[in-house]
Amino acid sequence: MSLVTAHLRRAGVIFRNEVLVLPSRIAVLVFILGLLLLPVFTQDSYILRILILTSIFALLAASWDFLSGFTGQMNFGHALFFGVAAYSTALLNLHLGIPPWGSIPLGALGGVLAGLVVGIPCLRLRGAYLALTTLSFPIILMGVVFAIPDISGGELGISGLARLSESRVGDYYISVLLMLVLSFAMWKVTDSKTGIILHAIREDELACRAAGINTTRYKLMAFCVSGFLAGISGGAYAHVMRLAGPSTLEVAMSFQVIIWAVFGGMVSIYGPVAGVFILFPLMELLRFIPQARMLVFALLVLVTLLYMPEGLIPWIRDKIETVCPRCKARNVASRSNCRVCNAVLD
Amino acid sequence: MLMDIIINGLINGSVYALLAIGFSLVMGVARIVNIAHTAFYMASAYFIYMGFTFAGLSPLLAMFCALPVTVAVGLACYRLFIKPIQEHEAAVLIGTIALAIAIQEAFLMSFGGSFLGVPPLIKGYTWILGVKVTWQHLLALGVALLVLLAVRLFLMRTSVGLAIRSTAQDREVANLMGMNVTRVAMWAVAVSVGLAAIAGAIVVPLVVLDPHMWMHPLIMMLAIVVLGGLGSIEGSFVGAYIIGFTEALVVFLIPLGAFLKDSVALSIMILVLLIRPEGLFGVVFEEER
Repeated sequence: MSLVTAHLRRAGVIFRNEVLVLPSRIAVLVFILGLLLLPVFTQDSYILRILILTSIFALLAASWDFLSGFTGQMNFGHALFFGVAAYSTALLNLHLGIPPWGSIPLGALGGVLAGLVVGIPCLRLRGAYLALTTLSFPIILMGVVFAIPDISGGELGISGLARLSESRVGDYYISVLLMLVLSFAMWKVTDSKTGIILHAIREDELACRAAGINTTRYKLMAFCVSGFLAGISGGAYAHVMRLAGPSTLEVAMSFQVIIWAVFGGMVSIYGPVAGVFILFPLMELLRFIPQARMLVFALLVLVTLLYMPEGLIPWIRDKIETVCPRCKARNVASRSNCRVCNAVLD
Repeated sequence: MLMDIIINGLINGSVYALLAIGFSLVMGVARIVNIAHTAFYMASAYFIYMGFTFAGLSPLLAMFCALPVTVAVGLACYRLFIKPIQEHEAAVLIGTIALAIAIQEAFLMSFGGSFLGVPPLIKGYTWILGVKVTWQHLLALGVALLVLLAVRLFLMRTSVGLAIRSTAQDREVANLMGMNVTRVAMWAVAVSVGLAAIAGAIVVPLVVLDPHMWMHPLIMMLAIVVLGGLGSIEGSFVGAYIIGFTEALVVFLIPLGAFLKDSVALSIMILVLLIRPEGLFGVVFEEER
């Protein structure tokens, strides 16, 4: 019993000293608690539906950031992973009758396969070549989807999938928890030794290889992990919409993911998540001016970029926090001494 | 059938060549992957339609008026939105995407999603080898080839062309040699948007206008520049005809070809990249760190 209290006390100390000292971490905490407690206050199915889709797309944007932000493999065709997984989930569910808890992970394996198919030919490509080549894969698949309407349903897609869960609130918790847990896992991976190697590949692949790192393996791993997570979000999307259509493969979809992620701030995992949580509900709010919706959206993105080219969240983070020059710990901007090593902050 | 394929392939190829060369110029000189490039092609087509319908100009006059307007709009967009964030690669990327969407939506708002058209400059048709070919198609082909020749001369014979080529080759050294790289970039953007506007003027009597007409040429253009090698003018030229003819062949010969034309063209691009990662005529850029 005393062991349990000791552990609890230790967790409390860590919580007080590591989480509550930084405004950004408090914000993340409030955000998570708010998401989890929301159905207690409102069960309005329209709001829940928006937030379900937002969570799914947040996972998608975060998986793009894992591949393109951290590993630097600029992927313009992220819709491929999403679409392949959505279609394979739909086919598995409809023809083999596999329930959602089985069809989503199996469909996500389709995303992994897509990651390998894209990743292997793209190993030798860099920068703009890579971006433009990856852009073409979903378009190729889109042509095939239209050419075999018997299997893919053509323009209408595959409809009539099983629901994700019995109720709207159930759907909400499944997608929010999936997003939170998987994004947190991604954030932990990018913080680990593997994450440092991925960083190094982005900064200088040649030097990385010279240091004895098998960059091929790590790049393929990044493609597969990103494909898997995008696949999970694609499968969840198919079950929530109960439809897998060609819109999941569109160029506009790939572009949308990039806009969300870069607007929120690349190379941070939480940036793209925040980007989706700001932009997607905003698009719904703009419903009262239906014609100008996309125009306002595009202009907003353009103007934001002029002032914060690094993205919204890193800009805010740098305003409210500073990095200690000596020990690299983060501090509130209002402090004059580092909270860890007491060095003078400038 | 054969004649259809040849004529269509030549026209598609020439229009794609105009677009791809413009894209390559900006890509090479300013290092901008300009997704909004074909949006200017669409803008030019719409300006011609506006000049023809609302100002009552003749189609030819409307084309000549639309060209400077499009270039001005393009330069303004570059100065306002792209230049301030030019150093941030990712920001430029979504900046141009957002710009393209903004242009698309602006036209969608003012004209709606309906299909519009401009009448051909010359009516009638002729028979070549037993196939009916409209004069308008032949005119489009002739103009496209003339403009391509003019671009070639501009790049090879004028001092601005020399400046553009040298900046594309090595930005730093060009700067060190006392060249005003910023002004060269402005020139490149102007020429590039101008080429897009000419491409728009060439296709406007042949196609229907709708606010999504920039998407398909964009994909084809990207396939071409990657196929030919980024920043290479010859590569863009050759790639454009390869893709143009592929498209025509697939549409005419394969059942359901209209769905598969993108797939086949892009598959060819990927096959070429598997063998030569820097494209057909690719210049292997010095490692830029």
